[in-house]
Amino acid sequence: MTAETILSIENLKTCFYTKKGIVKAVDDISFDLLKGDVLCIVGESGSGKTVTALSIMRLVESPGKIIEGKIILDDENLLELSPEKMQDVRGNKIAMVFQDPHSALNPIFTIGDQVTEAITAHQICTKEEASTKATQLLELVGIPMSKERYHDYPHQFSGGMKQRVVIAMALACHPGVLIADEPATALDLTVQAQILDLFLELRERFEMSIIYITHDLGVVSEIADSIVVMYAGRIMEKGRSIDVLEAPMHPYTKGLISCLPSETGKIVPIPGAIPGLINPPGGCIFHPRCVNVMDICRMERPPMTKITDEHYVSCFLYGGFNV
Amino acid sequence: MSNLIEIENLRKYYPVTRGFLSKKRGDVKAVDGVSLFIKEGETLGLVGESGCGKSTLGRTILKLEEADSGQILWRSRDITKSRKSQLKEFRRDCQIIFQDPKSSLDPRMTVGNSIEEALIIHDIGSREERTRKVGELLLKVGLTPDFISRYPHELSGGQQQRIGIARALAVNPGLIVADEPVSALDVSVQAQILNLLMELKQELKISYLFIAHNLWVIRYISDRVAIMYLGKIVELADKNELFENPLHPYTEALLSSLPGSRNRKVLRGEVPSPMNPPKGCRFHTRCEKKLERCGSIEPEIQEIGKGHFVMCHLY
Repeated sequence: MTAETILSIENLKTCFYTKKGIVKAVDDISFDLLKGDVLCIVGESGSGKTVTALSIMRLVESPGKIIEGKIILDDENLLELSPEKMQDVRGNKIAMVFQDPHSALNPIFTIGDQVTEAITAHQICTKEEASTKATQLLELVGIPMSKERYHDYPHQFSGGMKQRVVIAMALACHPGVLIADEPATALDLTVQAQILDLFLELRERFEMSIIYITHDLGVVSEIADSIVVMYAGRIMEKGRSIDVLEAPMHPYTKGLISCLPSETGKIVPIPGAIPGLINPPGGCIFHPRCVNVMDICRMERPPMTKITDEHYVSCFLYGGFNV
Repeated sequence: MSNLIEIENLRKYYPVTRGFLSKKRGDVKAVDGVSLFIKEGETLGLVGESGCGKSTLGRTILKLEEADSGQILWRSRDITKSRKSQLKEFRRDCQIIFQDPKSSLDPRMTVGNSIEEALIIHDIGSREERTRKVGELLLKVGLTPDFISRYPHELSGGQQQRIGIARALAVNPGLIVADEPVSALDVSVQAQILNLLMELKQELKISYLFIAHNLWVIRYISDRVAIMYLGKIVELADKNELFENPLHPYTEALLSSLPGSRNRKVLRGEVPSPMNPPKGCRFHTRCEKKLERCGSIEPEIQEIGKGHFVMCHLY
């Protein structure tokens, strides 16, 4: 049984034109989000996770630009829509939750007003209807005494509570796809666990598909159905969560996993650091840090090699030579 | 092994004032009666959520903040009341590494000057000796001597943190307080820095007070672990003992909130304000195993097993 694909990214390329040169922040990536799935994009800082999310929302700002590719949602290529139409898609069909809840909320409006605004921006309804709905949403995301707290300002909320409000705003129009960019990273461990649970609960309830961006493999193992591993703007490996975590193929994925302490209590770091993206290394972008580097890795960019129907890896160790 | 640092009932309150006459409204009880010791060559991990006072505790031990009450014994000498001029040797012996390596380095000083500054302040060596020492330190933290003339902005986060470590090491300290030294770094770089700190400890017999909120980091690096909640240590034990046999309900919940652990217990609510900590046991508002007296009587810290301390009415 194959699940339905709800969002499909094909050969997406996003560049930033800086004074120092062109930065290929996202360099030719493709992946599918299945209906009802939680897809985790994992990678270190600068790997292009956030730019991928912003590209899907078409929120990449100058000097950044989406160069090519397709983002297909409901048989529509989002990159071909007019700005007005895209505005309609945002919020209605796809919504996004950002990392920092403090800067995602406007300090001079009450929480309730901000959630209500998110509703009236996309739906035709009276102010009263919208504010009743906002109260319900706040309750749904676990804000106690939501009626009273409706009139509170963001500074009266803690970090975890603010993030719940941002999630309520994202849910305002029941989007089919929710993109969450490190939503729990800025929060404390016990609060982080609460937010993760909230996401899983909301997925069940609204049959949403979620793209969850994180650098924390622990979080990934907790919530992911499928995983995309990114490094320096490219996808190194993608597949179902079990396959990628239990049988990682790419040396980078293996390296990331061995950076966490194993049963024996050893950690093995990946040598070196992420390369600058203005003059990235040729060939496979990971080759300067790779323990299994071969001659061909320095010359050519490895293609996506199919391991199984659902597991792909971009590495010459598993074939992919152009003979 | 003798104790390098011992603190007894340490308190640090920050007054909260308001209005024109700065009328005192209360205190933020950042550190509220903490006792612990750090042996020579040992790593004590200090875990807690944000706002629990772990950084303040680290800074108060180093006398970067003046304690309100309590005692600090450094190599069996009471330094609680010592004045600045008497502290020079203590300052050399106890160093700190900060969370954000970028803001802890002067952007206008070269890496070499930054490291050498520590040596100049403590009058160590002649100019040539110092330059040689800086080169050695750079090698020791996994960089090359040609970093000497570079500026912080030319370095990556991991490299900057290595400079922070080199600076702390320059004066051969006995204790390094590491305040979240890896939480600003990427996972693969985190692992590099942690391994570096472990190697240095083996080689130089340094003690660490390692402050972090990340439990796997703490588990990896510590010998003993202290769990802090709202200004108090609620549990303290050997690493393995603590992770395998957590006693305090807060520790239990904290460990089970580690992603990937089985039978998770998600804590309800959030950390209460340290200005108005709950009466009785400070954790009782979020505790699942709350007893009647938890809301009124504050539990004492007691030793359950060998070196396993817990502050809870259940035991």
